[in-house]
Amino acid sequence: MKPRELATIFYLTLAIVFIFLPVAILVQYSFQDGLVPVPPFRGFSLRWYEKMLANRKLMEALGNSVVVGGVSSFLAVTLGFLAAYGLARGQPRRAGPLQFGLMAPLTVPYIIIGLGLLSMFGALGIDRSLITVGIGHVVINLPLCFAIVYSQLGEHQANIERAAHDLGASDLQALLRVTVPMLWPTLLAAFFISFTLSWDEFVIAFLLSKFDVTLPVVMWNMLNSGLNPQLNAVGTLVFATSIGLVALVATLLLSRGRRHG
Amino acid sequence: MAEPIVRLARVSKRYAEMVAVEPLDLDIDAGEFVVLLGPSGSGKTTILSMIGGFAAPTEGRVLIAGEDVTDLPPAKRPTATVFQDYALFPHMSVRSNVAFGLAMRKVPKGERHRRADEVLQLVGLEGFSDRGVHQLSGGQRQRVALARAIAVEPKVLLLDEPLGALDLALRRQMQEELVRIQKRLGTTFVHVTHDQEEAMSIADRVIVMNKGRVEDVGSPSRVYLRPASLFTASFMGENNILTGEVVQSISGIACVTTRVGTLTVPAQAAVGDNVTLSIRPEQLLIGGGGDGCLAIGRGRISETSFQGTHLRAHVAMETGGNNELLLRAPATEQLSVGSDVELSVRPTDLVMLKR
Repeated sequence: MKPRELATIFYLTLAIVFIFLPVAILVQYSFQDGLVPVPPFRGFSLRWYEKMLANRKLMEALGNSVVVGGVSSFLAVTLGFLAAYGLARGQPRRAGPLQFGLMAPLTVPYIIIGLGLLSMFGALGIDRSLITVGIGHVVINLPLCFAIVYSQLGEHQANIERAAHDLGASDLQALLRVTVPMLWPTLLAAFFISFTLSWDEFVIAFLLSKFDVTLPVVMWNMLNSGLNPQLNAVGTLVFATSIGLVALVATLLLSRGRRHG
Repeated sequence: MAEPIVRLARVSKRYAEMVAVEPLDLDIDAGEFVVLLGPSGSGKTTILSMIGGFAAPTEGRVLIAGEDVTDLPPAKRPTATVFQDYALFPHMSVRSNVAFGLAMRKVPKGERHRRADEVLQLVGLEGFSDRGVHQLSGGQRQRVALARAIAVEPKVLLLDEPLGALDLALRRQMQEELVRIQKRLGTTFVHVTHDQEEAMSIADRVIVMNKGRVEDVGSPSRVYLRPASLFTASFMGENNILTGEVVQSISGIACVTTRVGTLTVPAQAAVGDNVTLSIRPEQLLIGGGGDGCLAIGRGRISETSFQGTHLRAHVAMETGGNNELLLRAPATEQLSVGSDVELSVRPTDLVMLKR
């Protein structure tokens, strides 16, 4: 092997270790046969997973997270798609400023968005709940969904829609029979990316929730009573879900790339 | 005479700063294979878009089969388009692509599938019905795009550079098939291309476009052999263009002084006119030629290249200066660089173009 290749492999390994070592240790200590998730590792046990599954508060939060993630992501994708479609097919000359306006929220820190929503809901007299958390997640994910879908609505796709119109399709028929099915992989990818972000989002979920909370908020509450291998088990679950969804997204987008290539 | 299937009446298209198509009158007869030919930016695709309903004319009316369709969207026009990038529906099978237009017309499923398979057979894609679009080669996609447009039985089929992405051999083959299919269906085809050889090989009538204006309209042979304008003369394949001044004009015969000497042309012109003459490279004859041939002069071969079907040569004429002529000699001709040749031309092959 050439020294250049060796150096490349060494650097790559280092980078991967740097990124994944903390996660690997978190996962390892979720199998700790002891009361604290610190060295020494006392061998393999599933007791903390058992505890986690028996923990009603945790399981409720898990359900909340799935619902908030699912509903808010569905809304974010739907609104993002409609915005992208309208912008791409409407008046391209005015698209610039609108596109900027729609994507600018991506640069606003979550804590600012959370505080803003908090005072707005307060002013409107709306109580904090999972609904307000969901609205917060739509706010942060809509720009991203818009950007993903907008990038896939190029001139080639416009021509495909033109072909549908040419063959007699109404606007609605072209939208439902051609545009949406054609973008299906993109829409699913946007949904899952959005879901992943909602799934492990803490700041907004913490600020905007009251009695019913999502998984990251429960984890935060549990942290207050110190380190606990059960927390590692929850963390492993959260991480595995995220990684699984990201892998799904990658597959969706790759298969799309192949089809067009 | 029967009513034209397509009539463009004083149709023009202007964008903010630019004129895409200058006011244009054009009639296309039913069953005609018309080719709009021109370089990019000549307005040929804009004309196609205005017939198909994808672009609204700035002024003028578009009539199809006698009906004013200027304000109708593409869906309501009796036209179908084959797009340059094919624009197939990527999520559908070949059959569903072809049957799409029929589905929009509420044709029952069994009937439209039968019809789709029939059209696929016509374009040579029998047995491909169940494939996905992404499993097809470029040439096959092209055929699906054609089948999809034919399936709705349009009165006018519009083809926007449909063969542009295919390699040369496949392009030649598809040109022949397009003509075969067009003759068989009897549908009017309006085809856009920038490839003059393609235009000549498929068209009943060629419309040469340049900078938003029609330069020439006519049969391929007429447009090639007797171009109406300087642009047509140089765009329709290689040509020798000679500028000159009319020094004498007697009863339809003009004497023109050019860089290669004085040439006698059968054409109407006034003494003192500045004119342009065109001689196709294959119309230059080596040697004195036969009876009635006009001698052009002697020259020395400066460059040759063998092209298979012919031998292409540059000939530097004796008159000096920048006066090379391009010559196409039969492939069997033995011409070597440095040798001298006598060139002549049939007077009737000389075309005089007004500047």
